[in-house]
Amino acid sequence: MAEIQIKSVAKTFGTYQALHDINLTIADQEFMVLLGASGCGKTTLLRIIAGLETASTGEVWIGGRRIDHLAPKDRGIAMVFQNYAVFPHLTVFENIGFGLRMQRMPNAQVKERVERTASLMHIEQLLKRYSGELSGGQRQRVAVARALAMEPDVILMDEPLSNLDALLRMEMRAELKGVLAESKTTAIYVTHDQVEAMSMADRISVMHQGKIVQAASPIEVYRNPAAEFVAGFIGNPPMNFLGATPAGPGKWQVAGNVFDGPDAGKPLHFAIRPEDMLPASSGLAAVAKVVEPLGAHLLVTCEVEGTLFRAVLDSDLSVKPGDTLTLAPQPDRMRWFDPETTLAVV
Amino acid sequence: MTTAATNPPDARRAGRFVYATAVILLCAWVIVPLYFLLINTLSSPEAVNSFPKSFVPEFDLESLTFFANFAGMLNALKNSILVAGLTMVMSIAIGAPAGYALSRFDFPGKSTFRLLILLTRAFPLPLLALPLAVMFIRTGLDDTIFGLALVHTTLAVPFAVLITFSLFSGIPIELEEAAWTLGCTRLTAFTKVVLPLILPGITASAIFAFVISWNEVFAAAVLTIENRTLTAFLLQNLDTSPLHLKFAGGFILVVPALIFIFAVRKYLFAMWGIANR
Repeated sequence: MAEIQIKSVAKTFGTYQALHDINLTIADQEFMVLLGASGCGKTTLLRIIAGLETASTGEVWIGGRRIDHLAPKDRGIAMVFQNYAVFPHLTVFENIGFGLRMQRMPNAQVKERVERTASLMHIEQLLKRYSGELSGGQRQRVAVARALAMEPDVILMDEPLSNLDALLRMEMRAELKGVLAESKTTAIYVTHDQVEAMSMADRISVMHQGKIVQAASPIEVYRNPAAEFVAGFIGNPPMNFLGATPAGPGKWQVAGNVFDGPDAGKPLHFAIRPEDMLPASSGLAAVAKVVEPLGAHLLVTCEVEGTLFRAVLDSDLSVKPGDTLTLAPQPDRMRWFDPETTLAVV
Repeated sequence: MTTAATNPPDARRAGRFVYATAVILLCAWVIVPLYFLLINTLSSPEAVNSFPKSFVPEFDLESLTFFANFAGMLNALKNSILVAGLTMVMSIAIGAPAGYALSRFDFPGKSTFRLLILLTRAFPLPLLALPLAVMFIRTGLDDTIFGLALVHTTLAVPFAVLITFSLFSGIPIELEEAAWTLGCTRLTAFTKVVLPLILPGITASAIFAFVISWNEVFAAAVLTIENRTLTAFLLQNLDTSPLHLKFAGGFILVVPALIFIFAVRKYLFAMWGIANR
């Protein structure tokens, strides 16, 4: 059992506050992704869990044991680094077996464990090589195998796929997910790539300016963003925003249309995903500016009352720049945000 | 357009010519004096003093045998090796931890400290000679091998610090961090990961310290009387020696330094290749 609890963790570097009061519980065997733009504090949080950085305040618990005062080696964690950190003076075999040797595991057992992990990562034919003789993808596999061979309670990954090319990244993504699910370890995975986060995570923690804005399942984060930042960060293209003014109880005026919405006595922001709109006889009047056929669908960048607005439409539709579209948002996909707090209003 | 099309091969040929010329000139600059030194060392006293010079050595070992039998020569050689060896050990023992600290930790005054290290080299040794000699006599360090090694260490330490600083900086911190997460303490991570990677570089900078001490003559001449090092010993005696013995003495001084640098040349290349990976 390796449930991770992060209690009121904060971190300051000099006068810069990198993390503000982080509270997060990660269930045993859960795959948690920390997602955010660079500089949001996600790597700092991971390094605090690993013990490579000390929190200014707060506690970290793994499996019911407080570990924030322990050295990295005593925390029951293994880590995969962004630049792999494969030891250049050791063979792949000795790299994977490094942690086991440090535990003074008998030779035969080390051999058995290394070979098993290597075959799991499909690198059994590379065991005698040095890291200088490996490609980026192979080094990446060695780094993961080295972490898995430790059979840790928790595996921490810091953007492990960001140095790979796109095709390899996609392949490794699926493979990593499978291997980690099988290994039954709790995983924390740091990335700035939302596709990676969506496709791998059990739960995503979206971080922004040293805070966790939302921690929820990928589909929840996508469908019901807790804040405007999440709505604008997740999804490609991101959510559209328009101003909305009250038009009676539960009624909102948006660009000349009246939609049903929550009860609130002040102007809100109306938000809708680009793919959640259909051309109809009544709806938002959008003037198409750029039309990009993407094969599966048509990405139309347009303007609604002077605001940039994107729609993903069926590719059979013929739209030319300058055309005026009438787009009807699907009622159950409309979201509302408070412009002052930027939080979602339900 | 046509000139642009025909120019590149010409330009490339000219470039190769310049390159080759530069290589030959540089090699000649180093090798020709050494060659003359060799010829004159291996020539009889008459040939050394005659003109024109021969370009082929005579393999007359008279000058060299003279030195081998010269009283105090072997003792001076032994002193030189001891002092240089001690200097090598002390400058790495002091310099490498400083280099590690400079590359891995942030502390106030770090850049000033780096500058200060270099400034120690800007201070002229002759100015220090008298107070140093007086102090050494008072503490009983004068005319001892350890005392001279101390002075040579202060000369070699700045290089040791700066070389090891760049070596440690070339080793990604992630390698150490990975070792920590895999069950290492700071110390075992250093001995199992950093040290093997840095050893060639450490060796090279140790040899460098050795050569600095080996070549140093001023402090050696001032601070020793009985226990002279080879450089101080030869300086003292060659001044009044005939020309052929000067050549032989110079040869004896140059060759060990050359051999040491030659021996570590592959480390000097390898240290960058490995350190960057």
